[in-house]
Formats: sequence, C-alpha cells, structure tokens
Amino acid sequence: MAEVSIRKLNKMFDVTHVVKDVDLEIRDKEFVVLVGPSGCGKTTTLRMVAGLEAITSGQILIDDAVVNEVPPMDRDIAMVFQNYALYPHMSVAGNMAFGLKMRKFAKPEIESRIKRAAGILGIENLLERKPRQLSGGQRQRVALGRAIVRDPKVFLFDEPLSNLDAKLRVQMRVELKKLHERLGTTAIYVTHDQVEAMTLGDRVVVMKDGWVQQVGEPLELYNTPANRFVAGFIGSPAMNFIEATLGESNGAVVAEAPGLRLTLPGALAARARAKAGRAITLGIRPEDVHIATDSDAPDLCFDATVEVVEQLGSEILLDTRVGPATVVASVEPTMRTRSNDRLRLSLKPERLHLFDAETEAAI
Amino acid sequence: MAVTALAAAEGKRPSARLRRLEDERWLAFALLTPTAVLLGLFIAYPFVEGVLLSLSSARVGDPGHFVGLKNFHKIWNDSIFHTTVWNTFWYTGVTTVFKLALGLWLALLLNRHFRGKAIIRAFILLPFIIPTVLSTFAWKWMFDPTFSVINGTLFQLGLITTRINWLGDPDLAMTSIIIINIWRGVPFFAITLLAGLQTISPELHEAAAIDGARPWARFWHVTWPLLMPVTLVVVLFSVIQTFADFQLVYVMTGGGPANATHLFATYAYQLGIGTGLLAEGAAISLAMFPFLFIIVVVQLLYIRRVETR
Amino acid sequence: MIEGALWRRWFFYNIPLILFVFVLLFPFYWMIITTFRPDGELYRPWNAVNYMPFWTNNPTLEHIFYLFEETNFMRWMFNTMFIALASTVISLFCGVLAGYALARLNFPYAGGLGTAIFITYLVPQTLLFIPLAEIIRNFQLGDTPWALILTYPTFLIPFCTWLMMGYFKAIPKELEECARIDGASRWKAMVYIVIPVAVPGILSSGIIAFTLSWNEFIYALVFLSSPDQKTVPVGVTSELIRGDVFFWGPLMAGALLGSIPVAIVYSFFVEHYVSGLTGSVKG
Repeated sequence: MAEVSIRKLNKMFDVTHVVKDVDLEIRDKEFVVLVGPSGCGKTTTLRMVAGLEAITSGQILIDDAVVNEVPPMDRDIAMVFQNYALYPHMSVAGNMAFGLKMRKFAKPEIESRIKRAAGILGIENLLERKPRQLSGGQRQRVALGRAIVRDPKVFLFDEPLSNLDAKLRVQMRVELKKLHERLGTTAIYVTHDQVEAMTLGDRVVVMKDGWVQQVGEPLELYNTPANRFVAGFIGSPAMNFIEATLGESNGAVVAEAPGLRLTLPGALAARARAKAGRAITLGIRPEDVHIATDSDAPDLCFDATVEVVEQLGSEILLDTRVGPATVVASVEPTMRTRSNDRLRLSLKPERLHLFDAETEAAI
Repeated sequence: MAVTALAAAEGKRPSARLRRLEDERWLAFALLTPTAVLLGLFIAYPFVEGVLLSLSSARVGDPGHFVGLKNFHKIWNDSIFHTTVWNTFWYTGVTTVFKLALGLWLALLLNRHFRGKAIIRAFILLPFIIPTVLSTFAWKWMFDPTFSVINGTLFQLGLITTRINWLGDPDLAMTSIIIINIWRGVPFFAITLLAGLQTISPELHEAAAIDGARPWARFWHVTWPLLMPVTLVVVLFSVIQTFADFQLVYVMTGGGPANATHLFATYAYQLGIGTGLLAEGAAISLAMFPFLFIIVVVQLLYIRRVETR
Repeated sequence: MIEGALWRRWFFYNIPLILFVFVLLFPFYWMIITTFRPDGELYRPWNAVNYMPFWTNNPTLEHIFYLFEETNFMRWMFNTMFIALASTVISLFCGVLAGYALARLNFPYAGGLGTAIFITYLVPQTLLFIPLAEIIRNFQLGDTPWALILTYPTFLIPFCTWLMMGYFKAIPKELEECARIDGASRWKAMVYIVIPVAVPGILSSGIIAFTLSWNEFIYALVFLSSPDQKTVPVGVTSELIRGDVFFWGPLMAGALLGSIPVAIVYSFFVEHYVSGLTGSVKG
C-alpha cells in the first residue's frame, strides 16, 4: 500500500515563492502526472517528495507517516532522472545492484531481482556494459531498471523522456504505460509535454507559477477545463481563443466579437446570463470547428478568410482570420481550399467554452 | 563544406595541396623553434653536461678528468647518501599521503554552497602562492627553540613543561619539515580536487542517496572512483615537486641535525656548492633521475589504466 | 538535500572549515605581528611569565626601517619583479606559440614533441643546477638577472604550453576555418582570431608563471652572488642572518613585504589562477 499525501505544500528559494499551497492526495497504485510549463514548480514539488529539497511549509505523507524530515534513503522511493544519472564507472548490472547493496540485500536476491527487471525491460544482454557504451534509449531503460529492482513504495519520474528523440519518446511512452499496468506501483511523473500527461496519467495535475490549476482525469481536463490556461495547455492543436463581449438580445445571450455574433446555446446561456455586459473569452477547439452546412443553426455560423493551409495527411488545419482573431479549424483531408478563400464556418454548440476575460476562470 | 571552400580559395595554383602542407609544417617549425632553443640550451645541454660532470673529478676551479663511475661508487657506499635516500622517500611518502587526505577533506568541505565561498577559496591558496622561502621563515620563527610560539602556547595550556626541540632533535626535525610541506601543499590538492569534485554531477549523489547510500557510502562508491583520474594527476605533480624539494629544508635545517633531514637536493648542494666537490654533487643530483623516472612511469601507466577502465 | 540537525552542520562542516582556514593563514598573521613588534617583546623566551606573542601594544616600524637601510631590499624587490615579468613574457610567448602548434597543426613528430616537452617538466631544477652553474659562467651570465631570465622559462614553458594546448583545443575549429575562408592566412588567423579568444588562458598561464618565478630559489641562490643582484628570497636568506644570529624582526619584515607584491597581483587574477591550476590537472 502506498498513498502519498501532499498538504498545503510551499517552497521558497530565498525570496522566490516557487511552490504555492499544493494539495494533492494520491491513491495507492495511481499514476499521477504533474504537468506545466518550465518554472511552474512541478519538479520542485517532486524533489520535495523525494527528500532532495527541504520543505518550507506544509506536509508530505507517505502511507500516513509524515516524512518532512526523513532523508531520501529512508523514504522507500525510487527516482528516474531526466539525465538518467547512471554511475559511469559501474556496469549496468552494477548500477542496478547498487541500491540493493546499500540496503544489504543478499547476493542471490540481488541477482534474481536484476534478472527479472532486465527481462521486463529487454536489457539482459547489456548487463556487463558501461553507461557510456549505451544509446540514449538504452540508458533510459537502465535507469528504469535501477528503479524497478528496488521495488519501492513510490516511483518518481523527473521528465524521463525529454532527452529522447521524438520517435523513441512515443515508443517509451507506451512501454511505460504497460510497465505501470504490470507493476502497479504508485507513481508521480513530471513532464512539460501534455501529450505524455494525457496518455500516461490516471490523473493529471496542471501547474502554473507554483499554483495547481486543475486536478482531474485526462478527459475531464480536456472536456471541462477550469480556466483558460488549462484549456489552452491541454489538447493539440491548441484551443482557439476569441475575445468577445456578452450581451442580451431578445431574451437570448449573445457573444459579440468583430466579425462574429454567436447566440449561446441553452445550458451555457443560463450560466452566462449573470455576466451579461462583461468581457469574455470564447474557447473552441479546432476539431470542433467545421465548414458550415445547411443543417447548422445560423446563430452559430460565422465568416472567415483562409490564411494558411496546413496539410497533415490525416487532416487539414486551416488557419483562418475572423476579424482580428485567428481561428484554426480542423477539416477533412479531402477538402480543397487555398489561402484567401472565404469560408463559412460553424461550431458544435456543446463544445463551446466561455472564460471570464479578467479572472480567466471558466463560466 | 568549409574544407572545399578553403580548397577552392587556395586551389588557384596546381600545387595548392603541397603548399598547404608545407605551410603548416613550416609554421609549426617556426612556432616551436623558440621553445626548442630555450629548452635545448638550458635543459638538454645541462643534462648532458651534468652526466659528463658526474663522470669526472671536477671541483670548483679544477675541471678534472674522466673517472668513470668512481663518483657513483663513492656515493653508493656513503652512509649519508643512504640516509638521504631514505629521508627523501619518507618525506615524499608521508607528506603526499597527508596532503591528499587533508586536501580531499578540505575540497569536500568547500564543495557546498555558502556565503563567502569565493573569498575563502582565494585566501586558502595563499600558502601555495607566497614564495616558499618567505613563509618557511615564518615557520622557522614559530619553531625556534627559545622563542617558539607553539611551545609557548602548549606551555600556557599546561601541556608541556620542557621545550619541544623541533629543529634540534633529528626525528622532530623531520616531523617539522613534513608539517610545513603538508601546510604548503594542502591548498594545491584542495583546489584541484575541488575542481574535480565539481565535474561530478550532483544528480549522481542524489541518485545514490535515493538508492540508500549514506554520506560516507556516497563518497566511497561514487565520489572517490570518479575523482580518481584527477587525484592521480595531482599526486604525480606533487610527488615530483616534493621529491626534488630544496627550499624548505635549506631554510629550516640545512639538512641537519646530523643529516636527519637531508634530501637529494640539499645534499647535492652541500657537496657541490658548499664544499666545491662539483662532480660528486652532480652525481647526487643525477641519482634522483632514475627514481623519479620510475615513479613517473609507474604513475603514468596507472593513470592510463584508470582512464580506460 | 535534507542534511539533518543544525548542530550536525556546524560539527561536520563549519568547524573543520574554520580550523583549516585558521591553520593555513596563521603563519601569515605571525609574519605580520612579528614585523611590528619591538625587539624587546620578540625576544622573550616561550616559558617566560610575560610571554604574550599574539599581540603588541607598542607597534614599531623599526624592523622595516632596518630592512630598507641596512640591506638592498628595494633593489631585491626590483630585481625579482623585473626577472619575474621578463621570464613570464618569454614563457608566454614560447608557450602560446608552441601550444598552438601542438594543438592545431598537423606535422610529423607532433606527439613526440609534446611528450618531450612534458618530460622536461620531470627534470627538476635541483637536478640541473650544478652543471647549469658552469654553463651560466661560461656564457658570462653569472651574477646578472639574465642568468635567471633565460633559465626560468625552462620550467615555465612546459606548463604554459600544456595549459595553452588545453585552451586552444577547446576553441572550435570552425572559427579559424571561417577566418581563412574570409581570406586570412594561417598565421593571420592565429594572431587575429584564435589568440584573442584564448586570452583567459593566456592570463591564467601568465599569473601562474609570475608566481612560480617569484617562488624560484635554487637557481637564484647559485647563479647570483653580489648583494645588489639578488632576488628577494635569496637576499632575505643570506643578508639577514649573520652566522648563527637571526635578525627575526627584519627577517619577518622582509618576508612580509616580499610576499605582498605576489599577493596583490594574485588577488587581481584569482579566478584565472584557479582555472589555470585546475585546467592543467584535468588536461
């Protein structure tokens, strides 16, 4: 059983407040991903859980025991570093055995654990090599192996895939997911890549400037982002944002922007009515914008001029201009358009997001 | 691309390739000539002269004649020479061990973040920077039989009642010069080992800590093996310098009492310049060479082995 | 990393560090305090009742005056400074050129020459001083600063060469190639492009060579004889001791004042000195 509780965690470096009031309860066997841009505090939080950074205020508990003052070696955790941190003067087997030797495991036990982990990761034939003789992907696996043999309560990952090339990264992502399903150890994973977060996490924690922006399952964050930052961070290509103003007209709630006039659908209108007259930001994902057809309600259509056509093979991304704003639409790969064409676009009403322009919170 | 452009730029004449090669060789020759001249004139030539000198019966004012290995035979049977050899090895061995241990300790202490680190690092090198003779005089004054501040302090602390004859007692004299040599050498070891420590990524220490290694285990299993290449080079430099040391002993004891602190260099000086027996002095100096050569070769081989491990 | 209680930090780190610094710097304090203590206080036996060596209430300049009036101390300072600067310049010149040649140029026996230069480092001055004394006399250089200015480079050049090799190797080849495409000859590329970039290395080599020159003793002792030709270390050793009598006050004054120039120059170039020292070991 391995539950991790992070309660009102704060970290100051001199006068810089890097981690602000982070609260997180991680369940046994859960794979939690901390994601956010550089400097958002995710790595510092992870390092505090590891015991590599002192805690300014707050508590960290592993299995109901407060570990604030406990040094890293006594926390029963294992960590995979971004730069792998393999001991250059030891062989692969030596690297994997080190942690067990420090904890005075018996030799046969060490050997069997190494064998097992090497089998899982497919590195049996590399055991006698030195780290400098391995490729990036192989070093990555050895770093994983070193963590696996320890059989700890919690795995900690600090951007482990960042140093791999794109193709390898995709491959390792899948392997990591399979690994977690197989081993079932509680894990905390830090990355700046939202794709990794979405594919690997049972739950995802989005952080910015030291604050937790939202915690939830990947689909939750995708469908119901709590604020503009989360909406723009999760999902690729990124969500379109259009500055607009809310108004009332003939009993309906209307969002108006240069070149655009949309009538908000029922549920959204009800929530937005209270904010009539305020400045808001409209949010709609490219995959929810399509070429208008006759069956689309005219209240939800608008005109746009194509600026750039991006051919991706599986889809076409149209960078269009609506007034001063840019709207990206994802359309069928068979569509034929050129730049400067004028199009009529429509959107799915239930996929429209509204954010208060000032607080950036979702409405 | 750059190379072909270069070739194009120079390839106007048919013998361009030849010209470039000649150019490089000629340039290298020109650049190395001053060095070659100076080193040839003042190292190679004296070395050969020294060998010839040691094979002659030269004295001050008398060029002497060829006597073969007679001088070497003489020092081989000279008991003072035996003492000198033993002294030099003992002196070099003991000081190196302590300089390494204390230097490493100091480097580890400095390998952290704290305010004033740069200033302390700068001050710590002073024993190494200040001319040896001058700082050795300060030590000599500190060890003086009648006025020693060390004796004074120990006396006031009630730890001694009679004087410690730092420079008059043969064993203590050797201890004294060892202490001063260590004092002078620790900063060199500390600063260079510190640089070596800083090339070890802190992530390795963090990984070791998470793996369950406490501070001492982290040092032994991670720091020490990775520091080995730098350590060996530093030790090599230091051994050469210490083996050939002159200034410290000359100022402190002149080689006495009763030859207890004579090193190769001081004995050679005493014989060659002091008593004017140039040939024998040269022989003593040259006797250093085989020992030095072996020590250096052994260390270089060891370094190579460690680096390709 | 979590280090544990505050007391541990003091016990394991701060206190040993303070002890180290104290021991390493005490002799210099001793030099300073002795220079300014009157003879009466200096010459008190260590087991005397009023033995109070660490401070004085009657500071005096008499030792410094003695130093300047009774000896050629200023002359020695001048000599040493002149010799150190001249040797440094010569060694830098040779070392920079040789370092460049060995690091950048391809020519036969390059490896062998590099090794040869390294080997000269293994031939210490104390091995060569006797035959060299004869040679110096034969060249009519005895008892002149030139005896030292020409021989000091023998141990300065190998070090400078080695250090500069390391610095030159770290400069990307593209820099030179770019210059040569722009029309510069090999020589011009070296002088106008590579050497300016290697200036930190040159400063490092220079400051180390300077301090090593001041520190040299045996050649100065053997090649110089008249009092006004001597360098500071030799002068202090020979002129302030009459037989068995040591003039400790002036001696310490001489030691102190003799150390100051080097200390001052060093203090301006500490970073360069340290990087030069550590660079030589890593290379």
